[in-house]
Amino acid sequence: MSKRDLALRVGGAAGDGVSSTAESFAKISARSGLHTWTYSSYQSVIRGGHVWTQVRGGLDPLLSHGDDPDVVLCLNQQTMDVHQADVLEGGAIIYDVDSVKPDPTKIRKNVRLIGISLRKKAQTLSPNALMRNTVALGAAVALFAMDFRHVESAFKDIWGDKKPEIVQQNVAAARLGGDAVKDLGGPLPLGLAYPNQAKYLMTGNEAVCLGALAAGVKFLAQYPMTPASSILHWMASHGPKYGVVVKQVEDELAAMNMAVGAGFAGVRSMTATSGGGFCLMVEAIGQAGMTETPLVAVLVQRSGPSTGLPTKTEQGDLNLALGAGQGDWPRAILAPRHPEECFSLTAKAFNLAEIYQTPIIVISDLYLGEGYRTVDKLDFNVPIVRGMMAADGGTAKDFKRYEITESGVSPRALPGTKGYQFIGATDEHMESGELISDVLAGLPEFVEERRKMHEKRMRKLDGLRKDSPPPEMWGSRNADLTLINWGSTWGAAHEAILQVEEKEGMKVNSLEFPTIFPFHVDEAQKLLRGVKQSLAVEGNYTGQFARLLRAETGYKPDHFYGRYDGEPFASRDIADKILEVVA
Amino acid sequence: MALEQVVKPSDFATEVHNDWCPGCGDFGILRTIQMALAELRMEPHRVTIVSGIGCSAKTIHYVKTYGVHTLHGRALPYAAGVKLANPQLKVLCLSGDGDGLGIGGGHFVNAGRRNLDMLYVIHDNGVYGLTKGQASPTLKLGVQTKSLAHPNINDAVNPIWLALAAGATWVGRGYSYDIKHLVSLLKQGIEHKGYAFLDVLQPCPTYNDINTKEWYGGEDRKDANSGRPLPRVYKLEDEGFDPVVHEPLEIEKKATQALEKALEWGDRIPIGVFFKNEHVPTFEERILQRVPTYMDNPPALQSIAGPNGEPRTDLTRLVQRMTFKGE
Ligand SMILES: Cc1ncc(C[n+]2csc(CCOP(=O)(O)OP(=O)(O)O)c2C)c(N)n1
Ligand code: SF4
Ligand SMILES: [Mg+2]
Repeated sequence: MSKRDLALRVGGAAGDGVSSTAESFAKISARSGLHTWTYSSYQSVIRGGHVWTQVRGGLDPLLSHGDDPDVVLCLNQQTMDVHQADVLEGGAIIYDVDSVKPDPTKIRKNVRLIGISLRKKAQTLSPNALMRNTVALGAAVALFAMDFRHVESAFKDIWGDKKPEIVQQNVAAARLGGDAVKDLGGPLPLGLAYPNQAKYLMTGNEAVCLGALAAGVKFLAQYPMTPASSILHWMASHGPKYGVVVKQVEDELAAMNMAVGAGFAGVRSMTATSGGGFCLMVEAIGQAGMTETPLVAVLVQRSGPSTGLPTKTEQGDLNLALGAGQGDWPRAILAPRHPEECFSLTAKAFNLAEIYQTPIIVISDLYLGEGYRTVDKLDFNVPIVRGMMAADGGTAKDFKRYEITESGVSPRALPGTKGYQFIGATDEHMESGELISDVLAGLPEFVEERRKMHEKRMRKLDGLRKDSPPPEMWGSRNADLTLINWGSTWGAAHEAILQVEEKEGMKVNSLEFPTIFPFHVDEAQKLLRGVKQSLAVEGNYTGQFARLLRAETGYKPDHFYGRYDGEPFASRDIADKILEVVA
Repeated sequence: MALEQVVKPSDFATEVHNDWCPGCGDFGILRTIQMALAELRMEPHRVTIVSGIGCSAKTIHYVKTYGVHTLHGRALPYAAGVKLANPQLKVLCLSGDGDGLGIGGGHFVNAGRRNLDMLYVIHDNGVYGLTKGQASPTLKLGVQTKSLAHPNINDAVNPIWLALAAGATWVGRGYSYDIKHLVSLLKQGIEHKGYAFLDVLQPCPTYNDINTKEWYGGEDRKDANSGRPLPRVYKLEDEGFDPVVHEPLEIEKKATQALEKALEWGDRIPIGVFFKNEHVPTFEERILQRVPTYMDNPPALQSIAGPNGEPRTDLTRLVQRMTFKGE
């Protein structure tokens, strides 16, 4: 039977080069024209431990990194021990025959053992130990009968034009692996016809960076924290060419305050972090809400609570984003489902931030932020809307920075503009910016003034709601069951739906929320009216989104499936859950 | 940046109601900031002053420049953000001693590493004025000010030492009742190329009944013959102190003498410039190495969209490079 997808799993100890080997394979897969999707299971160690990455490629668009792989590439004995039983029938295991031993009793039928003297072969070319990975990678490329031209192209991408000798050496090493496969029975009979038309490959975090760049970001302040660090790294290498100032700072308090300060000065400014760092940012993000300063904050979630599982995924920081900062202030929370949305919603966030002069949070997670996915098309031509400026139209004499308006948006002035000097304050203030917090607070006139000012700010929520993407229903009309989900859970949910529809003939659809807040109550209620039975699926224990949905609409999902073991949702598990609740 | 016409301190005054206690040392700091900006002929709209939270932080409401009254302890990183986004602005940052050395202490240390071209002023009153007089990080061990139930159980941090250790390239101390001297220090700090830190001894008559104006002025120890007070505060320059690092090899010598002077307290309290070193590249100069257009076309002034909102950033080549180099 001919397949429409393939999966390679690469495993070893940290420091063995697992992720770079897998990344190379992902690039080769994307160049072969396959839709590609990766997931890395790793730990917070620099050496040792057990890490693995799965790369899945498919002729059709993918929705997850898949389940069992066709080929496992073992860089140590532990990988063999842990993963040999997962290899699909008709698949293969690649390993160093001189140091790793398979256990045939654990392996499925028809799995080929591709034992190669990886290290020895590599040493014929170079003393560099990591070249053994390249020999193994070549074996995988040969097993999948992919075109070796893509190997060279991928290596050029990785090492650049500057190091042609390294590229050539690695190509030679890959060929040694490919030749070894010829002697060990040749390619697997998978029957995949590769389109060989290259596709873009990027992580969710890279797509966030691209979206930000397209939208004209010129300032990033950040403190490293997995899984958001790659945003800092990527911007540090690519940003300066586009005039972006990238600042690694002393902590997340500084990151947020500096980003807000830059926003006050008029630049499109952002910061990024994970939950722990976001905890340190909450006072300062509220400050931007109070002083009406535009800002984009990217929150890439990992497993909590506290330091939690730094290298594992979760959707547990929604309450944190919803509740960040003291008091009420207008915010929007956008939750991209896939890299295309990481790009488009980040770009959109910059417009919303400036139009409504308030912080916008883009919330993603480790699974989406760090996994590679192919992306069909990104529209770099993102429209840019910078919001109301006092100097366009108004006069300096009448300027009131916090003028009370119907939309809640007041004219903004940037330092350097003559005649428009004002003081922005985190204390409650009048339209002019003067404080009402101290001697005036409590006087009847200022009780009124405070109420009006607070309502003005909060009115921006109406505009934010109108300008942000509404919930969407995907799949069959009239379904027996509706999956309610947000963010990266989308993929596994769709895949599970396709599985139960194909295998069980069931009708299931999926209700998704690219905007978490301000909540689209009317749209959600309209879509919920057609729901017969529902299953909320999200990566946390308490059903943070399900609770928000109930609070906003009064609708309580019938069933809840939360995952909080650090792993991303698997479509197989969601499918099982669907069968369980519908039966 | 400077104006041709005469600029007066009143050009920097606002009509905002002032609610400091009578006799507060903050009045002196406010007045001297207005005077220094006027004497430097600054255009008000080209100046941004960032403050934290505290009595001291209210100063900006009385100065007619751009300003932000930020959060307790966060003025420095905020000010850095403003300055980094638009290095063409003159940026001043004001904190209380609690704001800058307690809750914001981490930022104090890291600001020195950057050497951004801005002036940071701490209103040093030994107490948390706004929250009713608790001990601040500059109150000495064993001192019991009015609001304290017991003498201070913590020792004080030495702001001058800390600033030097952190890498500030200009370090000074002023006294809020010596107006002329403080104006001169503020001007020097503003004009210094790099990160300047100015500690200002600021009596808080309401909560610090130890380090008062009378105490600094030596009213309690009059000269036996003349009957005149013997002030505790004295000026470094009056004793021929030369704080300037004239060439890089002098750094050790000049830093050491600054540290020595900064230990003096009690009977003799030095004010003036402790240290000045312009041999360290500013942060702006460091960025310029990576972003050659940084000063002329800084982040906040770059045009990011055409007249119809079309983006000016062209990413096509970047994406091709990122993904399919060589094809
Ligand atoms: C996060 C936070 N914690 C506490 C406070 C309360 N608070 C306001 S001002 C202040 C201390 C101010 O002391 P200092 O910085 O020395 O300024 P001063 O009033 O003496 O000028 C405190 C503790 C606050 N506003 N924010
Ligand atoms: S409490 Fe002290 S510092 Fe605050 S205004 Fe009064 S005198 Fe000044
Ligand atoms: Mg104080």
